[in-house]
Amino acid sequence: MTVIQDKQAEAKKNIEAQGTRVLVCAGTGCVACGALEIIDELKAKGVNVSTIQSQKMTVVTTGCHGFCEQGVMILIPDLGINYVKVQKEDVDDIIESLRTGKPVERLLYVDPKTNEKIEKREEINFYKKQKRTSLINVGQINAEELNDAIAFRGYEALEKVLNKMTPDEVVKEVTDSGLRGRGGGGFPTGKKWMFTRAAQGDKKYVICNADEGDPGAFMDGSLMEGDPHRLLEGMAIAAYAVGSDEAYIYVRAEYPLSIRRLKIAIKQAEEAGLLGKNILGKGFNFEIHIKEGAGAFVCGEETALIASIEGERGMPRPKPPFPANKGLFGKPTLINNVETYANVPGILLNGSGWFASFGTGTSKGTKTFALTGDINNTGLIEVPMGTTLREIVFDIGGGLRGGKKFKAAQIGGPSGGCLTEEHLDLPLDYENLCNAGAMVGSGGLVIMSEDTCIVEIARFFASFTQRESCGKCVPCREGTKQILNILERFVAGKGEMKDLDTLEELAIAVKDGSLCGLGKTAPNPVLSTLKYFRDEYIAHIRDKRCPAGVCTAMKKIVITDKCIGCTKCARTCPVNAISGNVKEQHTIDQTKCIKCEACIGVCPVKAIVKE
Amino acid sequence: MSTQSPSKVDFAKVDEIIQSCGAKKSNVIAILQKVQATFRYLPEDALTYIGTKIEGLSPATVYGIATFYNQFSLNPKGKYEIKVCDGTACHVRGSMPLLNALKAKLNLKDGKFTTDDMLFSVDIVSCLGACGLSPVIVVNGKVHPKMTTDALNTVIDVLLQKERGE
Repeated sequence: MTVIQDKQAEAKKNIEAQGTRVLVCAGTGCVACGALEIIDELKAKGVNVSTIQSQKMTVVTTGCHGFCEQGVMILIPDLGINYVKVQKEDVDDIIESLRTGKPVERLLYVDPKTNEKIEKREEINFYKKQKRTSLINVGQINAEELNDAIAFRGYEALEKVLNKMTPDEVVKEVTDSGLRGRGGGGFPTGKKWMFTRAAQGDKKYVICNADEGDPGAFMDGSLMEGDPHRLLEGMAIAAYAVGSDEAYIYVRAEYPLSIRRLKIAIKQAEEAGLLGKNILGKGFNFEIHIKEGAGAFVCGEETALIASIEGERGMPRPKPPFPANKGLFGKPTLINNVETYANVPGILLNGSGWFASFGTGTSKGTKTFALTGDINNTGLIEVPMGTTLREIVFDIGGGLRGGKKFKAAQIGGPSGGCLTEEHLDLPLDYENLCNAGAMVGSGGLVIMSEDTCIVEIARFFASFTQRESCGKCVPCREGTKQILNILERFVAGKGEMKDLDTLEELAIAVKDGSLCGLGKTAPNPVLSTLKYFRDEYIAHIRDKRCPAGVCTAMKKIVITDKCIGCTKCARTCPVNAISGNVKEQHTIDQTKCIKCEACIGVCPVKAIVKE
Repeated sequence: MSTQSPSKVDFAKVDEIIQSCGAKKSNVIAILQKVQATFRYLPEDALTYIGTKIEGLSPATVYGIATFYNQFSLNPKGKYEIKVCDGTACHVRGSMPLLNALKAKLNLKDGKFTTDDMLFSVDIVSCLGACGLSPVIVVNGKVHPKMTTDALNTVIDVLLQKERGE
């Protein structure tokens, strides 16, 4: 038996000794919904490797289960039971169900279409079409226990590589798998490894880009929170392949839980001889450091990230030289994203053919997406490349909230573009998205309904990229500012028709003239919305009208004669803009109103409307 | 630099932080993060001090780094730091009306982001990774999911009551 096989056998025994495992989601979302209190309560009531009436059961704190909308989620694999929207008060009933094996009916997921209660997780539509490979252990294991990671085949690939493969064979396997960079660009991973391997130098670095700055994306965060050892293992394999002995993980500071779990995982792996000196007795040395980012979107760009690790302002520099030849501290450096590394152990364990069996001709494997916005089932998903937008929005996502109409999907964050109804049947892969004026990006997928104003969204992304532009090159620094100015005029109802041409011209100039990926992609949201939603721009400019009723300058909130004079709105209004006598129709002082819509939310008779 | 006159900076504490991180140029971001965690902002004097203490840095480069990254603040923050997430998912689900209501509630006008009594400061952040529960706000690290203007008012009122009770 090898070292890992030995450890695995023992780890499995430990897991068996835990009896019935109760997997409680403790991703960022579920923690916000009270997951930690539920875990404490379960432990306090005895579900902690202790015995309740001769039955063994253990509560396991896991990473994200994916279905954030239904949090707090609990899975009991032994019984095949899946609970949703669990609260602290439900703990007694859950313990009773563990004892009897009979599910607590009210905590089962109810299919909104059929009204049927679904007991098993794999029968829920949200999970049916997914294929988890990089996220395979997320939600299944205790992210803070090395034992769990080992029992679920952690570090098996690393041992296989160290025992049986040369670095060149590893690079070949990754190349053959067709894996491409999951951070957005889609550059073939195997090639990057080959370049770094071939680069001359006695010292080489490996970097993990975990600066997931796209607003609306949380895949990498969930991966680090839920299965940090997989990332470490992927990085160790990469380091062996390119000939490096030192690595940095650059994590954004907004992810404190990821940072904490990674630190724990690194310490555990070092103690177990899986990181550090002479790993698994094979003479391979590799250490990993954590670097916390400080909130700069541009640091997602590899050369800016490297500058930031060196203690500089995170500003990009022209390429070449590429990091593979001259990267961190001037040394050859391999830099990949979290999800890319997380795919590596699976490829080495199951073979490149297995990985390439998922996906399309040019885009192999699976991709995680953060599914958010005006959609019923928000959450973290992983699907084979080439899955259509329709499958994601309607089958997995359960359609739009309140049965509203699908308007657009924003993919790839501020660097991406909008997809519309005509793209619903487009298989999502690198090439198709690029042709449609969008990009896979890191995988943020924000679904928008008819209630979203496209011009306002374009302004939102422009304000983001303008704020985050590092200021080094003129086209990006000045261009994004002017793009934002024009879009701000549009939403304020002060646009002119000729602005449309200027906007387009500017967008193209910024795209062509900028130094780094931030500037080159910043105009994408503008260009793609101009292409698909020109009518909406024209409505704002010519008719001074916001078709979605979002833009405050063109919006008025009024109280209709349905008002029963309950005074609730007047008491809620943060600026005291609402007046009226009890049991009489109230009115809104338009000069005071800040259009926060708080009144609309509290009105019991829906008498307050947007005009 | 900062508009408020900072209270005296305890340089012994800054020294301690520099020592714990390692007095190396590549550690400057980590050092600034710890200084901010200790003082709740980056006092100007501390920046100058770090710039002269570490080889390869100058007060100007440290100032440049401190103003480059969003996480750093040169102005003192309130006792309760409220972060309103304006990531795409939160934006689509109404984070801006929330921010307007919050600023109105705390009487923050004309680009002010900290209340006069130094109790509350409001920040807009780009994404906190809790997109599934949008819109969210974070008060001193605690995430409040699925916020409404109503719920926001309650959160603030509870904090105000707590302050008055103490």
